[in-house]
Amino acid sequence: MALREVALSPQRALAAKLCVNHLSMVFTRDGKSTPVLQDITLEVSEGEFVCLVGPSGCGKSTLLNAIGGLLAPTAGTVFIDNEAVRGPDPRRIFVFQERGVFPWLTVEGNIAFGLFKLSRSEREERVAHYVKMVGLQGFEEAYPSELSGGMKQRLEVARALAVNPDMLYLDEPFGALDSITRHIMRGELLRIWETERKTIVFVTHDIDEAVQLADRVVILSARPAAIQRIVNIDISHPRDISSPRYLELRDGILQQIGLAHKI
Amino acid sequence: MGLLVRLRPIAFIGTLLVLWQVAVSLNPVHILPSPWGVMRGIVDLLHHGLLFKYVVASLFRVSWGFSLAAILAIPLGLAIGWYQRANMALHPLVQVFRPISPLAWIPLAILWFGVGDAASIFLIFLGSFFPLLLTAINAVRNIPAVYISAGRNFGLRPVDLIFRVLYPSVVPQLLIGLRITLGVAWLVVVAAEMIAVDSGLGFLIVDARNAGNRYDLVVAGMMIIGLIGLLLDTGMRSLENMKSFRWAYSED
Repeated sequence: MALREVALSPQRALAAKLCVNHLSMVFTRDGKSTPVLQDITLEVSEGEFVCLVGPSGCGKSTLLNAIGGLLAPTAGTVFIDNEAVRGPDPRRIFVFQERGVFPWLTVEGNIAFGLFKLSRSEREERVAHYVKMVGLQGFEEAYPSELSGGMKQRLEVARALAVNPDMLYLDEPFGALDSITRHIMRGELLRIWETERKTIVFVTHDIDEAVQLADRVVILSARPAAIQRIVNIDISHPRDISSPRYLELRDGILQQIGLAHKI
Repeated sequence: MGLLVRLRPIAFIGTLLVLWQVAVSLNPVHILPSPWGVMRGIVDLLHHGLLFKYVVASLFRVSWGFSLAAILAIPLGLAIGWYQRANMALHPLVQVFRPISPLAWIPLAILWFGVGDAASIFLIFLGSFFPLLLTAINAVRNIPAVYISAGRNFGLRPVDLIFRVLYPSVVPQLLIGLRITLGVAWLVVVAAEMIAVDSGLGFLIVDARNAGNRYDLVVAGMMIIGLIGLLLDTGMRSLENMKSFRWAYSED
């Protein structure tokens, strides 16, 4: 049961939170068409943490953008709660690399950005709660340019969580951070995920990151991206990243992508 | 120490003025009025109530031409930048008109508006319009796509997207464009007044030469143009330093 392919069946489709159904994407530019995604079929259940990994430029982010409704697919459909996705939706929030925070707003302003429908007091309460959750107390009035990369990333996560979405789409969120900060951020993300239990789709090119975080790792091929394999990570949290099982899973994915074990 | 550093440019200018005065008094051929002469020229203008009148006349024309250009060029440029197709259609046209000096339009300006304020306002308008249009187009096109995506993701309606994402993203670049363009407008007004009107600092310079080679007044006019240009630039810069815009210029 360690490695398995997930087949789509109608019964399962009803149970799934997210259901990607024969999704294809072709980019046309200057009369030349480039296939980017090829017949992607994938299910994610409620509360699950799924990582999409694949070689750089393979179309992982394109897939995430199509799932999130920022890009319209050429063929196929994305269903969430059995409802077709037709555009971005505040119930499902993207977290980009830390540059996604608005530099003209303070920490508080950024977190409150999506809370325009709440009353003032509710908004303040919500902002205070998430400032605390991501450990930015004392920086409420600071602008992003005054924050470190890791703090900006936490701010963006807080901004996303503040609107209480069912799902989070994270697009290489820690890609621009140094390795120590990245390590800490993974721990924080897991802590938040365990308290809030959002369904998470997480794009990364870092295989260790995927094996440390995900319930399942979806391995994409080079462009046009197709699903090569879906790996179940059957290690409970907190994960021992030097355990034989961890290394076995990681090496299996490396092998699948076609990378040697030695540098 | 701080005071000394701040006094340094003033001391430098003072030294230059002294050297200028000495050089002029040693040289029998008059190729330049002395600073003292220029000072007296300025006092002379003040005495006749002309200095204030001319400065106001020039500023009046710049304000109109520059404001009209800003009101038209900025919304138009933002719209062109937003719609890729409009940009592709209009880009060649803008690029052809942009390098034409506003001064090349003088004959047409006189033909269309006659000799007077309207013609010089039109020239300033032209001189400001294209730089502002391009600034606005580029400002929109430089907005990082993640800001737009994030705005749409949080469920903003198009109107809110404009006011809460588009506007704050472009303001810093627009302010820089406005400052640089105001400098251009000030250059153009002086040139335009040399031809088309009977008041203003540009007129002062031409008139002083024509009416008896009063080079002291010519240089006085130049000095005042420079000082007002400096004041305009400083004023615009202080806008850029406002707290709500400061993020754009700070190091990331």
